[in-house]
Amino acid sequence: MAYALQLLINGVTLGMIYGLIAVGYTMVYGIIGMINFAHGDVFMIGAFIGLIVLTALTGITSIPLAIAAAFIVAAVLSGVYGFSIERVAYRPLRGSFRLAPLISAIGMSIVLENYVQVTQGALDRAIPPLLPGGVAVMRQHGFVVQLSFMQVAIVVVTLAVLAVFTWIVTKTPLGRAMRAVEQDAKMAALLGIDTNTTISLTFVTGAALAAVAGVMFLLYYGVIGFYIGFNAGIKAFTAAVLGGIGSLPGAVLGGLLIGLIEAFWSGYGPLAYKDAAVYSILAIVLMFLPSGLLGRHEVEKV
Amino acid sequence: MSRLADMLKDAGVVAFFALLVFAPFIGVQLGSNLRGALTLAPTPMTLAVAVAVVFCARLAVLTLAQHRAAVTLPRMPVRVQDYLAPAMLVLGVVLPFLPFLPNAYIDTATLILIYVMLGWGLNIVVGLAGLLDLGYVAFYAVGAYSFALLATNFDLSFWECLPIAGILAACWGIFLGFPVLRLRGDYLAIVTLAFGEIIRLVITNWVSLTGGPNGILGIPHPTLFGLKFTMSADPGTFAGFFHIDPTPRQHLTFLYYIILALALITNWVTLRLRKQPLGRAWEALREDEIACRSLGINVRNTKLTAFAIGAMFGGFAGSFFATREGFISPDSFVFMESATVLSIVVLGGAGSQLGVVLAAIVMAGVPALMQSLQIYRMLIFGLALVAIMVFKPRGFIAQRRPSVTLGATKRIGAEFISQGRG
Repeated sequence: MAYALQLLINGVTLGMIYGLIAVGYTMVYGIIGMINFAHGDVFMIGAFIGLIVLTALTGITSIPLAIAAAFIVAAVLSGVYGFSIERVAYRPLRGSFRLAPLISAIGMSIVLENYVQVTQGALDRAIPPLLPGGVAVMRQHGFVVQLSFMQVAIVVVTLAVLAVFTWIVTKTPLGRAMRAVEQDAKMAALLGIDTNTTISLTFVTGAALAAVAGVMFLLYYGVIGFYIGFNAGIKAFTAAVLGGIGSLPGAVLGGLLIGLIEAFWSGYGPLAYKDAAVYSILAIVLMFLPSGLLGRHEVEKV
Repeated sequence: MSRLADMLKDAGVVAFFALLVFAPFIGVQLGSNLRGALTLAPTPMTLAVAVAVVFCARLAVLTLAQHRAAVTLPRMPVRVQDYLAPAMLVLGVVLPFLPFLPNAYIDTATLILIYVMLGWGLNIVVGLAGLLDLGYVAFYAVGAYSFALLATNFDLSFWECLPIAGILAACWGIFLGFPVLRLRGDYLAIVTLAFGEIIRLVITNWVSLTGGPNGILGIPHPTLFGLKFTMSADPGTFAGFFHIDPTPRQHLTFLYYIILALALITNWVTLRLRKQPLGRAWEALREDEIACRSLGINVRNTKLTAFAIGAMFGGFAGSFFATREGFISPDSFVFMESATVLSIVVLGGAGSQLGVVLAAIVMAGVPALMQSLQIYRMLIFGLALVAIMVFKPRGFIAQRRPSVTLGATKRIGAEFISQGRG
């Protein structure tokens, strides 16, 4: 029981990180119908920018200030990355045949991964735990369920970021434009919405969320490498699909489920097959529930 | 004048974005001090150079764009295309006998041919049937591991294992094809990717069978009717039987011809199938699945045969890979391989057999020749992938004859062939 509770806590924390990345996937898929394969690598870029900011500010400012700066700088610069990637690799291919943007995105993912490897080296980079300590939630038969402050912080930050994001999507003109372009880009353009800007800003928002997730990953695990984007990206995409692609609450729900599945599998199943379990779930969900948990069922038009 | 000012302003904006993008990675260098803590060293000069390069590149692109009318890319004349394929075939056959060619080039040519074969195999799935498969490496791995396991455990030779490996890979094609029958487009891509990763994870973790990350050692090399290619001139070897001096070149040439033959068989089967009902059903499926269904084509069987046949050729290529290397490990079957093969198919202009060859030479040959650039190799590979897609989204050979026509044959642009839509 205590063990399961601990796994639940770990799973929710991990799920929050996946959920934030998944939101970026689902938004881009919703708005231009492509799998932004490089999104996982933007998450990695965000984690690295956070690491660099933290290293630069260590000893100069207080730790909470440094962490806040890491989040903001990573989100802003990753937003620039998202914008640039869309401009360079995807926009020229809009309206081209369907495989072209996917190949371009795979190329971009390879570029980002190797760019970080070439510029910052192939070594794993580690930081000391910045927010140590926690509270014991429960004790049972000598097993102590730990809820670390970092886990609380991750959940709080994720919920805050998602609240802001939901407000942007539902209440602001930008969010209205995004939803309009998602439903029908051509009609939105006819009604005076600047679709190009809207799509760019969608990429910027998604990248910023991924960067926040990246910095949280860095703070939580303490170790990052140039290769973390691929796995996180696939899992987040799985989360987006599980929740129903195109649905924002679905992405977060999917992220939580993937995080929980991963945590419980690590706790009770063979650890080596943890990733295989997530991939199998992706396949099973798509086979039996192609539109995900909260997704709209697409009507096939002839 | 104002045009120049506009150009400068545009390039300035681009350079500013480049500054923001490059600053955290080119502008600073992470390191660690003696106590293992991270350090940060600013490298402003490198950053300035990188931004300046982007600025100049943008200016150059803008200048070129103004003269675009004058600078049109030469379109490959149709006549050249007709002669290119036979010319490449002749070159392919005589290549090992060119006396001035170093052995390393034969080896590279063999590697390119592996990718040509994989490209042609995947072309059946992606180019003909329009099923986007991002996990093709799974079948390559099945082929390689079936051969390696059969050869090392049961002492079977390459030629005995080759058909078995192909059949096993085809079975896996059907087995993995079944669950994804209902999926389309990008969903199919992601699930096949997941399958590829699952197979790699199983290979890595099933240590008692596959040796795990250590791989399988001592896989036998192929023999020519029982004649081995070794450096000793024993009677049982190729050199000993024909009373010639053994050279490494003989072995390389033999391997080269095996893969050339396998690749040509793949090509021949594809070309034949395209003219037969099955191939036509594939192409019809690619164009419109609903229309196919309405016309009474069995979509399930059509898709499964595409998966099975594509997988079978992937399995053959995998067996050859294993016998050539003599050693396999899960590291050879990562997602990057699937991505490379898919890029070869798409760059070639999905569906074009000749295009696959050209793309394989570019995607497999150029990185192999760039070994000295090591760490920059994959970076350049990725950049090239993006650049080629942006400038030539339909691949190198963007036109082809329809496989079946009524009356006179006429060429159609590939823009009319909506690959794998739906």
